[in-house]
Amino acid sequence: MAEPAKIAEVIEAGTAQFAAQCYELYGLPPLGSLVRTGDTYGIVAGAATSSLEPGRRPIARGRDEATEEAVYQSSPQLSKLLRSEFAAAVVGYQDGDARRQYLPPYPARIHGFVYLCQPDEVREFSRSFGFLNILLNASLPVPAGELIAAALRRMSRAHDDPRAFLVAAGKELANLLSADFITLKNILGRLQ
Amino acid sequence: MTARLGIVTAASLEKGVDVRLDSPVSVEDMVVGRYVTIEGRQRRFFGMITDVSLGVTDPHLAVSPPDVADPFIAEVLTGTSTFGTIHVTPMLTIGGDAETVLEGPQPVKTIPAHFSAVNLAAEGDMDLVFGEEDKQRFNIGNPLDMETKLCLDLEEFVKRSNGIFGKSGTGKTFLTRILLIGMLQKSKAVNLIFDMHNEYGWSGTREGGPPVKGLKQLFGSRVAVFTLDEESSRRRKVSTDFVVKIGFDEITPEDIAILRATLNLTELAVEAAYQLRKSLGKDWLRQVLQRSDEELEELLKESSIHESSFQSLKRGLGTIGRLGFVVPEAHEDTVKHILDCLDRGLNVVLEFGRYREIAAYLLVANMLSRRIYARYQQRMEEAIAADKEAMKPRPLVITIEEAHKFLNPEVAGKTIFGTIAREMRKYNVSLLVIDQRPSGIDEEVMSQLGTKITCLLDNEKDIDSVLAGVSGKSELKSVLARLAPKQQALIFGHAVPMPVAFQPREYGSAQSYKSFLDAGPDAAGQAEKDIEELWG
Repeated sequence: MAEPAKIAEVIEAGTAQFAAQCYELYGLPPLGSLVRTGDTYGIVAGAATSSLEPGRRPIARGRDEATEEAVYQSSPQLSKLLRSEFAAAVVGYQDGDARRQYLPPYPARIHGFVYLCQPDEVREFSRSFGFLNILLNASLPVPAGELIAAALRRMSRAHDDPRAFLVAAGKELANLLSADFITLKNILGRLQ
Repeated sequence: MTARLGIVTAASLEKGVDVRLDSPVSVEDMVVGRYVTIEGRQRRFFGMITDVSLGVTDPHLAVSPPDVADPFIAEVLTGTSTFGTIHVTPMLTIGGDAETVLEGPQPVKTIPAHFSAVNLAAEGDMDLVFGEEDKQRFNIGNPLDMETKLCLDLEEFVKRSNGIFGKSGTGKTFLTRILLIGMLQKSKAVNLIFDMHNEYGWSGTREGGPPVKGLKQLFGSRVAVFTLDEESSRRRKVSTDFVVKIGFDEITPEDIAILRATLNLTELAVEAAYQLRKSLGKDWLRQVLQRSDEELEELLKESSIHESSFQSLKRGLGTIGRLGFVVPEAHEDTVKHILDCLDRGLNVVLEFGRYREIAAYLLVANMLSRRIYARYQQRMEEAIAADKEAMKPRPLVITIEEAHKFLNPEVAGKTIFGTIAREMRKYNVSLLVIDQRPSGIDEEVMSQLGTKITCLLDNEKDIDSVLAGVSGKSELKSVLARLAPKQQALIFGHAVPMPVAFQPREYGSAQSYKSFLDAGPDAAGQAEKDIEELWG
């Protein structure tokens, strides 16, 4: 199977999260999508585009331009001065032939290439729902409920019967959130 | 295929087992009274659903219910955050350990482990528990809402005294007929039936339908009908075998004693009867009834009987004397005739004809039973002394109606039936008591009944007295109170492994008669014989 194109590179790595910078400005994977670097799987949990230099904020440039696109065309250096980064919550890793849905023994490597998982891989990964518990308990840049709903919505598209997948995931969540119906209700409401 | 229902989440031997239903199982399919099996680690348990309830994992669900109009939400929540639970009362262990394999289902003494799987009971399990029809087992009906046959081991059943209870009009008589047929076909016992309302011998009545056949019509060669009232029997076109007459000399003061309440006699009047018997001898009753007043006055002066007691007694004895079947001198010995029939394996039905008053019934049933029992006792003792099994008389089952009149605490000690109920099968005689007011029966007698079958009862005292001493009484009470007013009954006790609510098999249609006749042990043999005779 041909390796999908790499989209980003790890620039900060911890056991539970890693951050990656995209090769293309705005070449971000969508919130909740499954990404992989090395053996580590992550779910995109937040993204930002900002100036390369922390102290130097971008300035408004579009007063005389007709379209937003024109701003970038008249200042081609912008794509080099800005960068898009995202954070991913680590949800599992490849352990030989087995795919584990718990935290890996080691964090990802800096400068590791990050790939967006293809539908086949997403389908394989989402056969079990161990990752839901990791997401529920992780400290994330976005609310866990939002992220879980986004991840499940995206994963369901890789399945032949998205509704059945969502029902199964919903039941798993209902078990995990058996004592917190309000959170469960909010997530379920965002699944469709 | 096993229909899995759920898993055990909590259990106690006393309070029963809580089962959480799996999400595909609809709580509305769970009916109280259905049977389930629980697959424990070492044994299998057989139990009955006694309660069904709904549960939620988080109380918020009940406070702000989800939008169940959304099928997705409804589907996700069913069986997870919201779930059904059933409460199962384990009754028996079936299979698993050596004891149950060798001896069949055993009463439960433990509970299944956590998360044991619970299944609907399969046909094979039901057969294991309720038995299949065979040489000894007789199908008496179906457990409620089920196709399985409920089979009673009648050999076991007749070993103890038994009771059939239920309010008037709930089907006691039909149930009794079915059991009598069962005993006639599947056990060695013979029956003596004191048939107060002429229901069992020839034909019986049915509410809102044509009359149904009695024992003699179905099993003519094995049933003898005795009657106290020849005229009535003739009018009803019953072919009777013997007309019972009772001589004055056969009635003893003991017989009068149990009629005390019925005849409205005082204690002293009963005492007077004993004194008169002592001074006048065996012929006392005739003398009291036929002597002139002067002669009697003489008699009273000699003894210490008070005039008013004597008048009370005389009035009571007059009632007995006026009964048509009581004659100054009986030419034939009724007891001997009955015993002859019983010895030949004939079942005897004694019809009371028009003598439906309770005094006649009490007098005759008690008197005859006492003498038959005495004969049985004598023969049993002889057989034991000679150590010969063959000399033992056939087991006898005496069927009495209105049993609380014989067995109420006041007279239970005096009547022969109290003795039979207590001494049970020592002398091969047992009772089948039929009653609508079980609370009137002496507690001691009730406690000795082996198997009890009860139709609907709604009086608290009656229910308590029937269920006294049964384990799981409160569950049974709710089952008993929910029985349909007709043709449903609850059986528990010695002859069944666990209490079962059941619907008695049909009685009254041509098809039902045929099925009864087919069930007999010689049915197949008889058919072959008939074919042989037909074709030579």
